Amino acid sequence: MIDRRYIGHALPAFTVSVEAGRLRFFAKATGNVDPVYIDEAAARDAGHPQLPVPPTFFFCLEMDQPNPAAMRELLGIDYRRLLHGEQHFRYHAMAYAGDSLRFEPRVADIYDKKGGALEFVRRETTVTNQHGALVAELTCVTVVRHG
Amino acid sequence: MAELRYDDIEVGAELPSLHAEPITRLTLALYCGASGDHNPIHVDSDFAHAAGMDDVFAHGMLGMAYLARVVTGWVPQRAIRALSTRFVAITHVGDRITCSGSVVEKLAGRQLRVTLTAADQAGVVKLAGEAIVELS
Repeated sequence: MIDRRYIGHALPAFTVSVEAGRLRFFAKATGNVDPVYIDEAAARDAGHPQLPVPPTFFFCLEMDQPNPAAMRELLGIDYRRLLHGEQHFRYHAMAYAGDSLRFEPRVADIYDKKGGALEFVRRETTVTNQHGALVAELTCVTVVRHG
Repeated sequence: MAELRYDDIEVGAELPSLHAEPITRLTLALYCGASGDHNPIHVDSDFAHAAGMDDVFAHGMLGMAYLARVVTGWVPQRAIRALSTRFVAITHVGDRITCSGSVVEKLAGRQLRVTLTAADQAGVVKLAGEAIVELS
């Protein structure tokens, strides 16, 4: 069982830079040919100052932290038993290539179902930009299979 | 594209669906690199076999990126207030994923609730999602 005393525990905060080349690579990898996500001129024509960060890429940026295994290590979870159960995003402002985004994750909840055969960890992360504006809130529900 | 207006949308309206290319090992390798999710279970078949899986399988977040494309193909991204999904079933190499969406509720504040689904060629649901968009 994962120690419930970690409920509410803040994980290390970190800052990541959004790179235009990475956004283009992500567009290619997700089959996105919408020029707004590939071509700066098309992005500007659509009212964006730079290439926009697409909706799910915040999750990828969250994996770019210095230690992507920070939560697993803290909670003692074997990643071969992990499943991504749910993912939620709330959006407050657009983010763009060139932005510097600060991620502040915390362990929001730990609970179990099926008599402990499945444990769930809900991580909540706030994302703010270099101007201090709230950009997005992420919620990741991880499932840990026992037995 | 002409921007949609809240008053023009009825409950039951369908979003343009998305037919993704069949999932290949290259798809998974590209998503591994671009996403930064380097979990070997998605790209290294030796690792997948050792972990008891028949083969590598797709990142759940690849499917969610497809769901997001359904929404950004319909309204500008700045209209999206929320996006969420449950990962219902594993997407396998060779699967042909179709993503669909429909407006299920008109909310206060000129917001719409949209359900989103990613399913394979047999109709098996892989992701069950939802978005909230706010229109002018």
